[in-house]
Amino acid sequence: MRERSAAVKYIDEYRDGESGKRLLQSLRTKVSGGPCLRFMEVCGTHTVSVFRSGIRSALPEQIKLLSGPGCPVCVTAQRDIDKSIELAARPNTVLVTYGDMIKVPGTRANLQVERAKGADIRVVYSPADALGICEANPDKNVVFFGIGFETTTPPIALVVKEALRRNLVNFFLLSVHKVMPPPLEALLQEGVVAIDGLLLPGHVSTIIGARPYDFIAEKYCVPAVISGFEPLDILQSIHMLVDQIHESRAGIEIQYSRVVKPEGNRLAQKAVVEVFEACDANWRGLGVIPLSGLKLRAKYDRFDAEQAFDLDVGYSRDPAGCSCGEILRGAISPLECKLFANGCTPDHPIGPCMVSSEGTCAAYYLYGEWQKTGVE
Amino acid sequence: MCLGIPARIRSIGGGSQAEVELGGVVRGVDLTLVPEARIGDYVLVHVGFAIQLIDEGEALETLRLLQELAGCESGAPL
Repeated sequence: MRERSAAVKYIDEYRDGESGKRLLQSLRTKVSGGPCLRFMEVCGTHTVSVFRSGIRSALPEQIKLLSGPGCPVCVTAQRDIDKSIELAARPNTVLVTYGDMIKVPGTRANLQVERAKGADIRVVYSPADALGICEANPDKNVVFFGIGFETTTPPIALVVKEALRRNLVNFFLLSVHKVMPPPLEALLQEGVVAIDGLLLPGHVSTIIGARPYDFIAEKYCVPAVISGFEPLDILQSIHMLVDQIHESRAGIEIQYSRVVKPEGNRLAQKAVVEVFEACDANWRGLGVIPLSGLKLRAKYDRFDAEQAFDLDVGYSRDPAGCSCGEILRGAISPLECKLFANGCTPDHPIGPCMVSSEGTCAAYYLYGEWQKTGVE
Repeated sequence: MCLGIPARIRSIGGGSQAEVELGGVVRGVDLTLVPEARIGDYVLVHVGFAIQLIDEGEALETLRLLQELAGCESGAPL
């Protein structure tokens, strides 16, 4: 068995327990006697980190954290999942996907079941692996199921460019890529869920920088902090949000400055703009949001699976009783879903929020939130 | 999906390919998006691609601010 190696740089320092306790104590002091503050942690990875680190149960009662739509698996529309299943079931087709999508239930099936029935479905860590699969299987159509937000699109853009350079004729992309600022604007504009501040996704922001979020402060006067994912990052970000509120300020601040620059990664942005253009996209729980998705530009549309294949998925419907949509909008917590721990569990998920490693319901379930507070 | 892991570059090959080390595990990454990265630098890795250099100066500044936040306001000694 390998011994635990020396401290992992740029991770361990931001997990120090003693500092965490002190940050929580100083946060309690800061908000003591004040009103309840509702902060939305947009990114699913933040949700999980808050649970895993124990921050969630240690926060002062004045701070309430809401989950948001920042889980690309969870916000993939049912119809898009059905499309991937339809393609996977076709003969001479290899569907290449990230691991999380395997168990997400479609209207009639899921990729894991299709694989058991003989479909060629490959789970990869990197989209670059799809190119090797293409070359190893020249007689098959290799379709990459492209989900993800802005963190993931630059790698996929590079893969598409490489596919063109190698003149691959059997590489295809089913793009359900989405971008983060539009659903945030949709939520703020809708105004149904009261949000006093936003914890913005650190890795999306590594790519896009801070400027795309300016509307949050300028138009809606809501404070926002671009946060890292370790416990101390999140605690510092919450402090920064509270400070903005106490000082009656609203701005986009960067807590995660060790990787997020105000301008982001310009080279990555350039790659995306070269390969993709904005399009309307259907978000589970939020409906169609204009210009919130990405599709391949004309130069690359030979790789577009939607155009290359005559997809026929029949009707698509969300699972009956599933509240993923409301959970993704921060309107309710998983504990308020009738199916939570009552038919819908990580072993038998009904909706994507229970499947995804970043799903809110999975986090609530796995970290025992429901056992503490009870499920009605 | 938002998973990004800091990893140290141990070698750089042709075609923007590099080897990185994270906690004793060595794996390949693509450096196309961070061409200025050098051996010994730390990069943030997502789905097999480096997406940004980690700024050591900023990292230290964040730790300093965290110390300050943890120390002063709670009244506990640093």
